[in-house]
Parts: sequence; C-alpha cells; structure tokens
Amino acid sequence: MAVIAEPVAKPVSRLNFLLDRRDVFEAILVAPAVIYVLLLVGLPLLLAIYYSLSAYTIYDPTWKFVGLSNFIDVVENPTFPQTLANTFIFTFGSQLLGLVIGKFGAFLLLRPFPGRKIVRALIVLPFVIPVALATIAWRWLFDSLYSVFNWTLIALHIMDRADVPNWLGTPWLAMLCVVIINAWRFFPFAIVIFLAGLTSVPQDVIDAATVDGAGFWRRNYQIILPMILPIVAIGLIFGIVFTFTDLSIVFLLTMGGPVNATSVLGFAGFQTGIISGDVSHGAAISLFMLPVLLVVVVFMLRFIRRREI
Amino acid sequence: MSAVIARDIVKKFAEVPAVNGISLSIPDGEFMVLLGPSGCGKTTFLRIICGLEQQTSGDLMIGGAIVNELPPRARGVAMMFQSYGLYPHYTVRNNIAFPLKTQRVPREKINKQVEWASQLLGIDHLLDRRPRQLSGGERQRVALARALVREPTALLLDEPLSNLDAKLRTMARQEIKNFQQRVGLTTIYVTHDQVEAMGMGDRIAVIDHGNIRQVGTPTEIYNDPADLFVATFVGSPPMNIVTHSGGGYLGFRPENFLPKNMIEDGAATEFKFRVDRSEYLGAERIVYGVLDGFESKQIITAKLPPAHVDEKNIRPGEWHTFAVKNSELRQFDKNGNRATSH
Amino acid sequence: MPRTLRKILGETSFFVGVAFFTILAAFPFYWMLITAFKQNSDLYNVTNNPFFFNEWPTLEHIKYLFRETLFARWLWNSLVIGVCVTAITIVTAVPAGYALARMKSKKGEALGIAVFLTYLVPPTLLFLPLSRIVAVLGLQNSMWSLVLVYPTFTIPFCAWLLMGFFKALPAEIEEAAIVDGCSLFGAFIKMAIPLSVPAILTVVIFTFTLTLQEFVYALTFVSSSDQKPITLGVTTDLVRGDVFFWGELMAGALIAAVPVAIAYNLFLDRFITGITGGAVKG
Repeated sequence: MAVIAEPVAKPVSRLNFLLDRRDVFEAILVAPAVIYVLLLVGLPLLLAIYYSLSAYTIYDPTWKFVGLSNFIDVVENPTFPQTLANTFIFTFGSQLLGLVIGKFGAFLLLRPFPGRKIVRALIVLPFVIPVALATIAWRWLFDSLYSVFNWTLIALHIMDRADVPNWLGTPWLAMLCVVIINAWRFFPFAIVIFLAGLTSVPQDVIDAATVDGAGFWRRNYQIILPMILPIVAIGLIFGIVFTFTDLSIVFLLTMGGPVNATSVLGFAGFQTGIISGDVSHGAAISLFMLPVLLVVVVFMLRFIRRREI
Repeated sequence: MSAVIARDIVKKFAEVPAVNGISLSIPDGEFMVLLGPSGCGKTTFLRIICGLEQQTSGDLMIGGAIVNELPPRARGVAMMFQSYGLYPHYTVRNNIAFPLKTQRVPREKINKQVEWASQLLGIDHLLDRRPRQLSGGERQRVALARALVREPTALLLDEPLSNLDAKLRTMARQEIKNFQQRVGLTTIYVTHDQVEAMGMGDRIAVIDHGNIRQVGTPTEIYNDPADLFVATFVGSPPMNIVTHSGGGYLGFRPENFLPKNMIEDGAATEFKFRVDRSEYLGAERIVYGVLDGFESKQIITAKLPPAHVDEKNIRPGEWHTFAVKNSELRQFDKNGNRATSH
Repeated sequence: MPRTLRKILGETSFFVGVAFFTILAAFPFYWMLITAFKQNSDLYNVTNNPFFFNEWPTLEHIKYLFRETLFARWLWNSLVIGVCVTAITIVTAVPAGYALARMKSKKGEALGIAVFLTYLVPPTLLFLPLSRIVAVLGLQNSMWSLVLVYPTFTIPFCAWLLMGFFKALPAEIEEAAIVDGCSLFGAFIKMAIPLSVPAILTVVIFTFTLTLQEFVYALTFVSSSDQKPITLGVTTDLVRGDVFFWGELMAGALIAAVPVAIAYNLFLDRFITGITGGAVKG
C-alpha cells in the first residue's frame, strides 16, 4: 500500500462558502415569500383582532381598548342571529347540494363517450368563470320582470303572469336562489374532485373486490368511497372555507336583502366595516368566522398528515 | 488524482447515525469498493466524500488537504449517479462539457477535452443527441465521460450498474475496470453486489450499520472474513456457520464442504450431514441439509462438482459423512469476531 | 329482443343525464351569449320567447361598451394588474417552492403546510385591516393596491403547487450539477428552472386567472371607475342607479369570462392535482 503523507490543512474561509450551506441557501430562497405573507397576511390578521377589541372607526381612528364590547354589540344586534344562521345554511346547504349533484355527474363522466372532453369543458364552466360575472348572469335570469323561469312557467300555463314568483324579492326564495347559485358554482368542482379520486383508485383493487364477490353498491361504498375520502375531504374543506367567507354572491345578487333575509357574515362585515366605516364592529363580525375556519383547518392538517404517512 | 482519507467520519440524520465513525484511507490510483446491504450508510459516506452531505464530525482529506468545509465544486471530485443524473435538456456534448464550463475553461480546451473523453468511451457519434434518445449502456458511458472530462481528483460511483440488465452489466463492469486501470484514477465504487465488488475492487471495504467491518483485497475478504457479518454477506451461497463447543462459531465455505471420500489429504473435520434437497445448476450441484450435533441459524449448504456426485448418490433424507479440511475451517469467538488462533 | 331494448334504454338515459348536466352548467352562459347580441326591443318584451332571437342579432351592446364606457380601460387595468402580480408571484414563489421541496427537515414540512394554510385565510377576514394598510401607503382607490394585495393569496397557492412539481423532479440531476462544479444557486438556475418550465407556465396561467377572478379586495379598495379591474367594472359600473343595462352587462361579462374559461380548462387537471396533492396515494 502506498504511504500517504500526513496532510497539511489549508485554511479556508467559512464566509466564502456561506451560500453553499444548504440551510442558509434554502432560508434565503424562502425568505421573500415568507416575509411577503407575514407582512400582508400575518400582520393584518393581528390588526383585525386588535380592531375588534378597540373603538376604531375611519372617522375616529383611536386605538382605545374596549375589550369584548364590540362582540357583545354584534351579538345583541337583532339581525345578527339571522346573519349567522344564513351563513350556515348558505355554506352547508350549497356544499351538500353541490356534492350530491357532483357525485352523480362524476359517475356519468367516468365512462368514455364521444364528445366527453367538450362536455367536461362545458360542465366545469360554472367553477372556472369569475363568480362575480356568473352571479350577474343569474341576477338577470332571476329578474323580477324578464325572468326566463317565469316566462317558461307562464308559457307552459303552470302559472299566471299575476302570481309568478318574485325570486329575489321574497325572503325565502332569495335565500334559496343564493344557495342554488353557490351549489351550481361548486358542483363542477365536486365532479372533478370525485373524478380525480375515482381514477386514482387502482383498477386491481376494484377487480379484487369484484372477484371476492362484492356487488356494485358494496364496491362503491365499502371499497371506493373510503379510498377517495381524503381527496373528497380536501375538496370539501376548500368549498367550506371559500363559501363560509364569501360575500360576492350576496353582494351582487341581493345586497343582503330583502330585509336582511340573505345577509351572511362576510357581507355584514363588509357593510359595517367598509360601507359604514365602523372598522371595529366590522372586524368583530368577520372574526366570528374564525372559530369555524379553525375547525376546518384542524381537519385539513389531519388529512395532510395522514396523506404523508 | 489524489489520495482520499477519512478519519472518524460520523453522520447523523436527526440524531440517527447513518455513518458511525468510518476511517478509511484510499491511496492514489486505487479502486476501492464500498460493499454493504442497502441502508448500511455506504451511499451516505460517498455523498460526504463529494460534499453533497456534510459530516457531523470527523475529517476528510482529498489530495492532502482537509476539505471538511469545502463545497463540492471546490473538491474536484467527479461522481456518477445511480441513474446517471444526465441533464435532460442538454445534448450529450453539453452534458460532457458542463463540468468544464462551470470552471470557465476556454472554449477550445473544452472542445478538445470533450473530444478526448467521448473518443475514449466510444460515444463521439452521439454528441448531438439528447439523453432520452440513448440506450442504458450509452447513457452510462456519457455519464462516465462527463465524470472524466475534467480529470477529477477522484471518481465516485454510486451503484452505477444497477439500472442495466444482467448482460450489459457484465460488459460494463469490464469496461469500467479496464478504463480505471488505464487512467489510473482513484476510484470509490459503491455497490451492494458482491460479484461487482469481488470482480472490480483492488480492495473492498465491507460496511454494515454505518461501520466498516473489514477492509481488504477480494481474496482476504473471501478467505479470511473478519467477522460473521462479512463471512455471511460475501459468497453465494454464504459461508456455513455452526455453533462451536467452546461458545464460539465455526465457519466453512460450501465449496469446501465435501463428501469425506473427496477429501484427498491433510487433516479434516468430519460432520454427519442429512440431505434435505439438492439443486443441479449445471456447473455445480448445491445440496441443502442439516448437521448432526451442531446448531445453526441457517440451512447448511454444500457446493459439489456434479461430475463427482450424481442424484443417485445423494438422496433427500439420507445421512452422509461430509468433511472440511482443517485449513479451510474458520473460527469465530462468541461475539462473532474472527478468533486469532489460526 | 328485450336485451337490446334494455341497452337502448340505458344508453338513452345515460345521454339524457349527460345532457341534463351540460345544460345545468352551461345555461347561464348561453343566456349571457344570447343577451349580449339581442336588440333591446327584443330583450325587454315580456311576450317574446326569450330563448331565441326574435329580431336580428346586433353588435350594439359591444359597441356601446367600448365607446361609451370605460370597458377598454378595465381590460387594460386587469392586464396590468395580472402581469404585475404574476411577476411578483413568480419571483417569490418559484424559489420558495423549490426550497420547500428540497428541505429535508421536519421544519421544512411544517413550513410548507403553513404556507398552504395562509392560502385559506379568506379576504373577508383581512380586507378591513388591509384597507387601512393600503390607505397608509397612499394606495387607496388605486389599482396598485390590488397589485400589492393579490400576491397574498397567489404566492402561497403557487408556492404550494410548485413545491409539488419540484418534489417530482429527481434531485440527482441537481446533485450531478453541484458535483460538476455548480453552486447550489447555479444548480437551481441551470437545472431546476429549465426543467420545470411547464410547471412554471401553469403557475403563470393560474396566477393570472386568480387575479381576474378576484372580487372582494377590488370591491373594497377601488371605487374610482377608471381604476377598476374588469370583473369589478362590469358588475358595478354598468348599473346606473337601479337601471341594469343587461345587454351591455352580459356582453362585458362574456368578454371577460371567455379567456378565463379557456385558460382554466386547459390547466384544470394540474390545478386539481395541486390542491389535492395526491391525497389518495396515502
């Protein structure tokens, strides 16, 4: 074996190669994104909490701490219970409806047929088009005078022009419209999510179940559904978060009316905080959304964790 | 070309040691094989040498200088990866030229070097293709050319043959070995395949659980394993190990475990061997069974020349007297280390 | 015979089902389309069959949009906002997604999840404090406030998507480059980025469509007509008092919606993969 001379250590500056250290390099790459988000999401979130505990309005920007009195004011407002109830009806009603319709749609689209791509492109339209624009189209469909639904009802002699429904002017009908529009917006999302789930179930698992004697329903509910549940749950969480906090549909369709019948938390927060300039009460209303969001986020984290095991 | 020396290299991932104090010195121009089962830390050790991982403690020297703090580009080593790591968006030419370009070598020199390396490996007709248009063997050559083009201080290879089929693998093994001998490059070759290790290495370091179990020439590793791990990891079928009366172990290679009448001269130890099953493999017959009076965790195997023993002589269920020459018996103490009395 | 009959029945009901879903989804867009090209006298006559053209189609509404309203200006605003936000997003999210994908420690994983969760913080929770921040920065009532604020949701979302793409990229290629003499940064620029051009393109399209879809922040921060992005302009400025100009409204909505719909459709599958993150593989 060759004899190796005892090495002479050449001193090398650490600083020269600071960027060669993975941890430093990675921290530098992440930093801009993290700082941006901290400044414009983290900081505002803290500010929102502080506003809700202060007497801040745009006309009187004091930072006076008033404790929970804003929240008490909000709860004592006679219209608040209805706003809260509306928010839940809006969220869970439209998600449930969207999921049910979406599940059937997914089963139809699972099978190849001529023109499936075009059909899919048309079916996903409600989800991909800006919701504000779609809502305006719906407002036109539900117009008090020129509603196409009413025209059809009259043309088919189901109703007379005198007693056709005033869709957006009747409280319960207006709420129904809001729910239907949101369900309409989300069912294509549900379809795509179900499809993504269904196509990711390995065919050999389904084949094995069939060979083991599982019929159509058993295959569906005992094999396929549990396997696609994580994917569906993630989709549902998305839907819940964005519906629960939405204000655009209500803003553009009914402005919360008639007489508060369709007001939801997001809209009420906007009305109080921006239109009336009462920032502290507006922030307090918005923060009522936080507990629900936290619950949803905890679920989300659990699913993400399960996925990575 | 330089010697590579590691002193007490330890690498922990989140407190779990992957490399557990490896010291190894590889002289200039040697072909060193790191052999061990998957997950034994051999690849981690290789990545520490090239600088892709930073050791938790210990010193590493390349060409006489301590390189602990140096990033890969300042170490001058070349590495060939398991799936070659060819740059898919570059042509073969640019793949090979890349290590020179990063060092700002003048263009004429780059062209000359690329030509030299591609001719050396017989891939000069492929220079304008892209990696995905190449076969497995061609990719391997491109990777090798890329590793050599800048005349590295040492060449590191991480299981470079595992993506080739069996036939190509034998050829590629020969090519790499010939090539290394011609260039005289210090080479560190990681594999879990003992045939590759035995066939290519000047020396082999057998690694298990982050420790070196033995360093030696292929002959030393095979004939004089330092412990039970090396004894059973190298060789196919592995060395037979039986418990010894004194609390230690006795080991013997299957090819030295023969019917008594085949042992010609010299002192031998006899065993009562019950045959359970035998396999005819053309060049040899492998016989499986158990010994009378000795305990073993494995099935005892004997590798017999089929010309001497045919099926009628060795039937399942029969007891035979087998023997091993005493010079072929290896003794291990109760910790599994080689007993020095020999 | 009954067998073929059953098959025919099955096929028929299948296609009836498909037709039902297609109409359910696409009817409002048919409605936009037909309204945008109908003459007013046709639109506002309750006795006309509203499903078809009763009079000749007209380009009146579209002409009106471009001549008499700020429609062209809104389109331009949306383009400027989209380009700026996309630039900010790419410059921050590509390195972040790459670093998150290559971090080996538990901390990296936690950071990745945290980045994603910020995407779930809704505008309705943030618009009040953000409107104050925007005012302090002197950006109230300006479309530049949207350029500032939109990256708060595009960065987390795109960093998360890109993290998934980079994870699928074998680290071996970058490692080879590093051993061949690149710095970590060099390997990122010369290997990781060129090899993920399709992914980055996807992210560009998504960022752009996300900015086009946004409504709440635009509504909150911008009230001057000439600063509005297209979605806000169409839905709030084409209403005078209580009068809705339905022809113009639908024409404007249609023009704004078509590019988004096409872009989204092309990249929908990547979008779904991005948000579900391979949840089924488990």
